[in-house]
Amino acid sequence: MKAGLSIEGLRVVFDDFVAVDDVSIRVEPGQSFGIVGESGSGKSTLLRAVGGLAPKSAGVISLIGAPDLPEPGSRAFRRRVQMVFQDPYGSLHPRQTVDRILAEPLAIHGIGDADRRIQQALDEVGLGTGFRFRYPHQLSGGQRQRVAIARALILEPQILLLDEPTSALDASVQAEVLNLLEDMRRRHGLTFVMVSHDLAVVTYLCDQLMVMQRGRSVEKLSADDLAQSRVAEPYTQRLMTASIGFRRDRTETF
Amino acid sequence: MLVVDDLRVSFPNRDGGFTQAVRGVSFTLGRERLGIVGESGSGKSQTGRAIMGLTAPEGRVTAKTLAFDGVDLINCPPRERRRLRGGRIAMILQDPKFSLNPVMTIGDQIVETLDAHAKVSRREARERALETLRQVQIDDPGRVYDLYPHEVSGGMGQRAMIAMMLVAEPDLLIADEPTSALDVTVQLQVLAILDRLVAERGMGLIFISHDLRLVSTFCDRILVMYAGRVVEELPAGGLKDAKHPYTRGLVNCLPRLREDRHPLPTLDRRPEWAL
Amino acid sequence: MTVAPASAETWREWLMSDRPQSRRQASLGRAYGAWRAFARNRLAMAGLGIVLALLLMALFADQLAPYSPTVGDLRTTRLLPPSAAHWFGTDDQGRDILSRIIYGSRITLFVVVLVAVLAAPIGLAVGTIAGYAGGLVDAALMRITDIFLAFPRLILALAFVAALGPGIENAVIAIAITSWPPYARIARAETLTIRQADYIAAVKLMGASPGRIVLRHIMPLCVSSVIVRVTLDMAGIILTAAGLGFLGLGAQPPSPEWGAMIANGRLYVLDQWWVAAAPGAAIFVVSLAFNLLGDGLRDALDPKGVK
Ligand SMILES: Nc1ncnc2c1ncn2[C@@H]1O[C@H](COP(=O)(O)OP(=O)(O)OP(=O)(O)O)[C@@H](O)[C@H]1O
Ligand SMILES: Nc1ncnc2c1ncn2[C@@H]1O[C@H](COP(=O)(O)OP(=O)(O)OP(=O)(O)O)[C@@H](O)[C@H]1O
Ligand SMILES: [Mg+2]
Ligand SMILES: [Mg+2]
Repeated sequence: MKAGLSIEGLRVVFDDFVAVDDVSIRVEPGQSFGIVGESGSGKSTLLRAVGGLAPKSAGVISLIGAPDLPEPGSRAFRRRVQMVFQDPYGSLHPRQTVDRILAEPLAIHGIGDADRRIQQALDEVGLGTGFRFRYPHQLSGGQRQRVAIARALILEPQILLLDEPTSALDASVQAEVLNLLEDMRRRHGLTFVMVSHDLAVVTYLCDQLMVMQRGRSVEKLSADDLAQSRVAEPYTQRLMTASIGFRRDRTETF
Repeated sequence: MLVVDDLRVSFPNRDGGFTQAVRGVSFTLGRERLGIVGESGSGKSQTGRAIMGLTAPEGRVTAKTLAFDGVDLINCPPRERRRLRGGRIAMILQDPKFSLNPVMTIGDQIVETLDAHAKVSRREARERALETLRQVQIDDPGRVYDLYPHEVSGGMGQRAMIAMMLVAEPDLLIADEPTSALDVTVQLQVLAILDRLVAERGMGLIFISHDLRLVSTFCDRILVMYAGRVVEELPAGGLKDAKHPYTRGLVNCLPRLREDRHPLPTLDRRPEWAL
Repeated sequence: MTVAPASAETWREWLMSDRPQSRRQASLGRAYGAWRAFARNRLAMAGLGIVLALLLMALFADQLAPYSPTVGDLRTTRLLPPSAAHWFGTDDQGRDILSRIIYGSRITLFVVVLVAVLAAPIGLAVGTIAGYAGGLVDAALMRITDIFLAFPRLILALAFVAALGPGIENAVIAIAITSWPPYARIARAETLTIRQADYIAAVKLMGASPGRIVLRHIMPLCVSSVIVRVTLDMAGIILTAAGLGFLGLGAQPPSPEWGAMIANGRLYVLDQWWVAAAPGAAIFVVSLAFNLLGDGLRDALDPKGVK
């Protein structure tokens, strides 16, 4: 069973700073949707609001694609929507073994058969039994990110929110994690919402994407459009130029 | 300006012996941009930390030469070292969330660094801190000044670290993954600032990163590290002509905008590279 | 399942394994790592040795003490200087001071353990709840903490004992009530840095209740610094108990409480110095031992130190 995600008119305000302003997206079941944009433009906040970690002051978040889908904030919703965080060093509890980290979601939701499920989750992300009882400080960045992905997948969610899942990883590990994510999506029919500042990474994984600036959505386009440079907004244009690399002769135009 | 010859950093391992994290790195640095790339755990940060004198206390640093402007960094007294570290050598640490003080506002932390360098009044310190925040392209410095590290986005935290470095005005800057959480446009703006510092103030820059594309377009020279060693040195923009199979493999792993490769090729590591 | 290894060498390897095979092995391995870090510190080991000796002394007081701690012979053994028969001399009631010190170790341990058991969890709970909840709860709890912190510990304990009535149990309660605020402070400070971490966000996202998050994810991270602080405070606790004893508000005669013994010896301090000196030395040695132990624990339990 698949589920998609619809966000309408989402607004997130901290004190009186508007971090996300009237953003609407619709992600069809099984699709993967990318969000790129300026640093501080509210990309992480958007994902966190979907997960109930940031205060929502207006707008509607709902699951779509099947009848009787749970409301945000409910336990059933939490089982269906999981998140992978940006920083693999900060997202695993430093005093818990991988085993304990993976057992926690099962315990929270009262799911039995923990032993087999943990084993299976670890196998799926390509970490053998050798890693099960290690502590996070005994793992490399890529291995940690795999554990974080296993933790998100162990509840068998339908929607995975990915907040820059590879920006802290080097090129070879990034390739491994991207391949893993793609494989998982195919195998479990997952819906992805992924934030990244690397246009190549987003287009690799996503079919549709949105460009954000200062809390607002400035442009929505498909990965093909981006690859063919069919972009309308000047900001998107700038992003494209910038992702080629540093050019000393044009520092003024960044 | 900086001479590093046969730098080794080792840490005690479980069986009472030592494991070398950096195994004989040598290079010299003038007033230029030197890039260090390599995979996670290849010893990039440890090289930078050893130069700064920030190696964890249990670690051991040895080198034939490790000298900054004629000052021998290995044998110089701790006080002298601290003075250098505060003033002439600065480092932007990897992982801003971890390096910023979680219970102090961004502004206060910048002012604190400023206080350590110059006698300025409270008002002036605030002004200068706001000015540097503006320099690193933070839109609303007044708001960010009063935020705690958990209230800023990943990229803002990283820019706050850079701002702290800027007020210190060092002669040598070691930047460890300074832009990994920034979006591409801000990333380039920050690089432009660093570039100006090198060009105008004659600062030396060691730029540690795993972003191959960025390093190869920004730096004058690039060292490629693998398992604690420099396996290859490349000139600016020379990434395409890299010879070492490890470097070539790394470049090949990157997803590209106009190319459809599913799944991505991954690196298959050869034991002989680590020799 | 793993089979337990045979020789000492393989045991060590089993404990230090990079790839533990079971939950038990992983936690034992971590404990062993902390123990190795601790054991490298000579002073801390000395502290641990003294504390263990104190424990044994209290346990086997009946066997170790050569005389009765409460009954002495007023005619023949009053205020004798140290000798082969009475190593630490005798006091004004003719009681053997060594025996009194040995039995007194029971009271000291009783006080220390009870205070730790009462005060540390209270402090930990108040601190983590305040830190995690924030807002009004935080403000209210921390103001209460501040009120307790505003008074010197001994004065506050005095006030409580005066209200509850003298006696060792009341002294313990009074000391416990007055010693939790610093633990609450420490726990709150740690919680503030932990609660924003992504790993806490991750369990929140899974739907964990606030109680579960505080109890299972935040408290374990605060425990080690509180334990360290408690051991460092042990010296202070012993001294406060002794101070109350000295003022006649703690243990009541004839029980051999070290502080009360010093109070008693005060009368003879110029001519019969040993009456006060022996319990004074005992308090000093034990306080120092706890301090050293605390220092060692701080280094060993530091999360960055555990490899
Ligand atoms: N708890 C908070 N309190 C106040 N402001 C906040 C809080 N969390 C986020 N913000 C603000 O919301 C804005 C958006 O932050 P967010 O983390 O969503 O950015 P982002 O798009 O993910 O950026 P980056 O690419 O740098 O991670 C920032 O200006 C940040 O300061
Ligand atoms: N305190 C320490 N004790 C033991 N080993 C350590 C310590 N600090 C670092 N190391 C080891 O030193 C090696 C090099 O680490 P370093 O941090 O320099 O890697 P890096 O190249 O910066 O990687 P990354 O891209 O992940 O930052 C690693 O294998 C690491 O495990
Ligand atoms: Mg973000
Ligand atoms: Mg590093």
